[in-house]
Amino acid sequence: MIGGLFIYNHKGEVLISRVYRDDIGRNAVDAFRVNVIHARQQVRSPVTNIARTSFFHVKRSNIWLAAVTKQNVNAAMVFEFLYKMCDVMTAYFGKISEENIKNNFVLIYELLDEILDFGYPQNSETGALKTFITQTGIKSQSKEEQSQITSQVTGQIGWRREGIKYRRNELFLDVLESVNLLMSPQGQVLSAHVSGRVVMKSYLSGMPECKFGMNDKIVIDKQGKGGATDEAGKSDLGGSGGGGGKQSIAIDDCTFHQCVRLSKFDAERSISFIPPDGECELMRYRTTKDIILPFRVIPLVREVGRTKLEVKVVIKSNFKPSLLAQKIEVRIPTPLNTSGVQVICMKGKAKYKASENAIVWKIKRMAGMKESQISAEIELLPTNDKKKWARPPISMNFEVPFAPSGLKVRYLKVFEPKLNYSDHDVIKWVRYIGRSGIYETRC
Amino acid sequence: MLCFHVCAGEIFELKAELNSDKKEKKKEAVKKVIASMTVGKDVSALFPDVVNCMQTDNLELKKLVYLYLMNYAKSQPDMAIMAVNTFVKDCEDPNPLIRALAVRTMGCIRVDKITEYLCEPLRKCLKDEDPYVRKTAAVCVAKLHDINAQLVEDQGFLDTLKDLISDSNPMVVANAVAALSEIAESHPNSNLLDLNPQSINKLLTALNECTEWGQIFILDCLANYAPRDDRESQSICERVTPRLSHANSAVVLSAVKVLMKFMEMLPKDLDYYGTLLKKLAPPLVTLLSAEPELQYVALRNINLIVQKRPEILKHEMKVFFVKYNDPIYVKLEKLDIMIRLASQANIAQVLAELKEYATEVDVDFVRKAVRAIGRCAIKVEQSAERCVSTLLDLIQTKVNYVVQEAIVVIKDIFRKYPNKYESVIATLCENLDSLDEPEARAAMIWIVGEYAERIDNADELLESFLEGFHDESTQVQLQLLTAIVKLFLKKPTETQELVQQVLSLATQDSDNPDLRDRGYIYWRLLSTDPVAAKEVVLAEKPLISEETDLIEPTLLEELICHIGTLASVYHKPPSAFVEGSRGVMHKRLPARTGSPDVGTIAGGSGTETAPSIIPSQGDLLGDLLNLDLAPPTTTGPPPPTSGMQMGGMDLLGGGLDSLVGSPMPPRHASGLVPWHSSVDDLCPQVWLPAMKAKGLEISGTFARRAGVIQMELTLTNKAMSVMTDFAIQFNRNSFGLAPAGPLQVLSPLSPNQTIEVSLPLSTVGPVMKMEPLNNLQVAVKNNIDVFYFSCQYPISMLFVEDGKMERQVFLATWKDIPNENESQFQIKDCHLNSDAASNKLQASNIFTIAKRTVEGQDMLYMSIKLSNGIWVLAELRVQTGNPNYTVSTEDGWGTTGGAVDSPSCVYVVCGSCYEV
Repeated sequence: MIGGLFIYNHKGEVLISRVYRDDIGRNAVDAFRVNVIHARQQVRSPVTNIARTSFFHVKRSNIWLAAVTKQNVNAAMVFEFLYKMCDVMTAYFGKISEENIKNNFVLIYELLDEILDFGYPQNSETGALKTFITQTGIKSQSKEEQSQITSQVTGQIGWRREGIKYRRNELFLDVLESVNLLMSPQGQVLSAHVSGRVVMKSYLSGMPECKFGMNDKIVIDKQGKGGATDEAGKSDLGGSGGGGGKQSIAIDDCTFHQCVRLSKFDAERSISFIPPDGECELMRYRTTKDIILPFRVIPLVREVGRTKLEVKVVIKSNFKPSLLAQKIEVRIPTPLNTSGVQVICMKGKAKYKASENAIVWKIKRMAGMKESQISAEIELLPTNDKKKWARPPISMNFEVPFAPSGLKVRYLKVFEPKLNYSDHDVIKWVRYIGRSGIYETRC
Repeated sequence: MLCFHVCAGEIFELKAELNSDKKEKKKEAVKKVIASMTVGKDVSALFPDVVNCMQTDNLELKKLVYLYLMNYAKSQPDMAIMAVNTFVKDCEDPNPLIRALAVRTMGCIRVDKITEYLCEPLRKCLKDEDPYVRKTAAVCVAKLHDINAQLVEDQGFLDTLKDLISDSNPMVVANAVAALSEIAESHPNSNLLDLNPQSINKLLTALNECTEWGQIFILDCLANYAPRDDRESQSICERVTPRLSHANSAVVLSAVKVLMKFMEMLPKDLDYYGTLLKKLAPPLVTLLSAEPELQYVALRNINLIVQKRPEILKHEMKVFFVKYNDPIYVKLEKLDIMIRLASQANIAQVLAELKEYATEVDVDFVRKAVRAIGRCAIKVEQSAERCVSTLLDLIQTKVNYVVQEAIVVIKDIFRKYPNKYESVIATLCENLDSLDEPEARAAMIWIVGEYAERIDNADELLESFLEGFHDESTQVQLQLLTAIVKLFLKKPTETQELVQQVLSLATQDSDNPDLRDRGYIYWRLLSTDPVAAKEVVLAEKPLISEETDLIEPTLLEELICHIGTLASVYHKPPSAFVEGSRGVMHKRLPARTGSPDVGTIAGGSGTETAPSIIPSQGDLLGDLLNLDLAPPTTTGPPPPTSGMQMGGMDLLGGGLDSLVGSPMPPRHASGLVPWHSSVDDLCPQVWLPAMKAKGLEISGTFARRAGVIQMELTLTNKAMSVMTDFAIQFNRNSFGLAPAGPLQVLSPLSPNQTIEVSLPLSTVGPVMKMEPLNNLQVAVKNNIDVFYFSCQYPISMLFVEDGKMERQVFLATWKDIPNENESQFQIKDCHLNSDAASNKLQASNIFTIAKRTVEGQDMLYMSIKLSNGIWVLAELRVQTGNPNYTVSTEDGWGTTGGAVDSPSCVYVVCGSCYEV
């Protein structure tokens, strides 16, 4: 198991050091600093073995978090724990920075004592932790409160406490998708997939049972066969799909927040759960079929002699004309020996950024079914470097108000047996946002 | 560099603050102390003052003091005792959070005196009404076990811990499982976890209810269970599969581990087996959208899974395409998997990708991409032509490291497809000057030597390398030596001088024993029998197979059992990186039970043949050279009795056949003849199959080390229950072999565990002549039954070290022994001169007494003394240039049996010296 946990600043100074196992000594702290943080070359692996001691590290801005062990630990668990640790710290004091860590070091030690026992991760849900680890000192608790805390920390529903009350029961669903594309210069899709998340913010009283439905092909097909009328359709939350009116989508794979009953999903493919209070990522999914690619990039690069390049890039938007894409940015890489660039673009602003070796073309808004173009002349310094320029792909960023996978939320039903509010009383909001993931076109 | 000295003033100031009456001031002071501790300053001097702050109702302050205690208690054990009372009191506190805190902290204080006081509170806490306290106490048992294992056993905590597996609270169950698993690891044979269908059912129920971490502990524990049959295996799989949709990647990977392991037991024709295979792919792909560090862990594991069950991900090639912004460690791993998944169906896409990668920035990545193109050519025959032209394109870029890498892989392509792409040699030769890496130089030299007859100026090219011979690396030197010998054998007239030069460089001016030895071998070969030399050096090479860099199957199986852990990231067994891994337990996959092929390890679908392995690039050159030296494949080893003139008695028996007749079982699956093989490192044979011995499998071999005969036994428990109380006995035998001590199996042998035991033998036991002479009947006993088997030992084991006879005595004895005791036979195909043979034989205690040369024949006179005092005398006739030796032997025993046996050993020894 995890033998120790260290947090360093960018210089390699220790900010937090907590040792859980006897086999980890102070010298491990220095070994990591010398061999990884101060190492000259790029990090070649997130797992390093130094003198039979293994170090797992993640970096958040310029803070290094390292877990140390001498045993054959579950490596995936260690990384998951380190991420979780970052989440917990962020939830307590915001950004993970040297200053924040120094200011909160007592809190961090307290947290580390609680969420890692002898190197075994324990309940690390912020919702539960915040009930008894606070920055303001512990209020004196009554006996009931104490046992409530312990039963929540160890309980089956460790992510939610009882007795939550809201005057207005409200929930927000965000379908956030990032669409990834790799396209050949000839416009052939080499690979494309959408990785999506359903984020839920709920402000519901009591212990509400929720059921979530979407246009999952397997479910729709099953219902279609059964001849049952789509009763869920009544409470359809609707959705403003951007592309075609697809009935259902094929989901390659999905994973769920730990509040979702997995065995039920496995058996009936229904998604039921008691949500944590506030925000949680209910589900992640991936689709690869029938993806709506919001933009198409058509590159044209011509080498004119040895000292000049001519680049022309056309972008076409491919969604309903009534919808608007935002924050569009096209990044056209330029060779290292670029001496000057002249750009003309029809729309938006384009700039050559020498420090980033790229022409960055920004457009604030663009409606569907439109196209725009940029042309640039790149002057090159003559070099004797034999190696040809690698031509990195042209990448794109954007945001569109629909889900490129075609996913639609069909319903989210809330059922609280003990309190007297029903599904109809809950105010529900759904929003779809499609963003670019790695959206690249080779040129 | 972080060596802080806290000045006395600072300590003094803190001391004053710690003893302040004001609570706030106290707390601030303790905070300062902790801050100093964190950066590595020594504040242990403040121990009594800090401990004084312990008795407080302020939980935050208490926690800080505890933190301090955990750090310094070990260095101040006497003062730590001061804290005991408070701990004991806190363990009785009405607030469960405080009770848990106390028991948690106490377990972290590694001071013997304190642990004594810990027992009572711990016992109470294990039965506390509050689950939060119980789950903390469960982990505390593991802590205490780490400090004092005996104490934990004596106090009966292990039983209490076992009871907690049935606790009503899932988190208590999970922590109890974690603690027990850890303790069980240090007692590999204790039946601590005692997994049975009932307890498994409890675990599976808790699995649905506990935290993500608890699920990981439980899944990792489940993976160690061996289901009774395929049905149980299937039902567990069914209950584990929902975990594949968990958001936590570690839960997913641990579930994959359980499924991969239990799948082994399912019959392949079962529908469920196919369903399961299909279910595994999507979650594995999903892991690739996790954070890069987890992607790396996932990719290292997928690499194993793809080797074990290629069918799972065969349609998912695209997800392994490299993204421009992937960290380099992710890129390299993806590339590896791409090659493994490459097939005729997707090769066009793969090649297009690889060509892109070859133009990237990172040198390592580009090299690997170029290498991958070569591997594709070897793997997918249809693509070879395109791969070669792609590689030629890359060579045209003149980027130095790309060119070198391309040449290394083209050499392999030549090996795989002889007489197909040699037209590109001219292009390769153009780049000769730019090669500065040993591997590339060696590859190029190999090509020149191999195709010397097609390259007009081969001699000039090789000569140019020869100039700086001593500055080259060994790899290049060896290759150059071989290449020039090849050239000489192909064009003997023009290159005699060159070959002389290289042989003298290698044998006279080099300190490298490998190089010298190889030089001598060539030299003697060429000087004794050029025709034979040609047959040996220019022998036809076996084709290299397509799969490269595969992990050795038994290691792969073990690693599959460690999916998700560090072992699977390093691709090494835990024993390779975990210190003092007590009682090394190698995990193995279970055997399929439903189908008739019990005991075989299923690798992929039934029609597949196990892919043979070619060594990775680095080893390839060495192996090529091995090939050059290996005997021509057409002449196999002589049949054991061919040259023996003996009275029709099959005294040799089966045991010696393994030495003399059949070649060693090939350890390199590619069929290369093993480089080193002597009597001492024979491959162990299975003496007692598990089927015949209620699950106990015994294999072994014999060796003579420092004058002691050793029987090397490997005991494997293939049954479901633990085996103990091992003992061994021999029946009376020809040479009075008997165990010199008891069979040292100290710890019980748990299911699927293997142990290696070395049993020293004496030769003073009762004697009875056996048929065959070297037959040994053995009885092995364990708690289950007594088992009998017989094995045969190599006679050479019995040759004692003081077997060198005085010359005079030898002469007299030779004359004294009647002619009936003489036997004669021939050893065929032994390409050694008499000196080398004599040296080799001496290593096996066969001593040369005298040597004379008669009519171009070397006559060696040798003596052997057996452990029972019998002398065997031999005459070895070696004719220069004739690979066949003639041996006449006489012995003082008077039975032909003894006489015939020993020469056969002479053969064995000759045979081994020939190979080395």
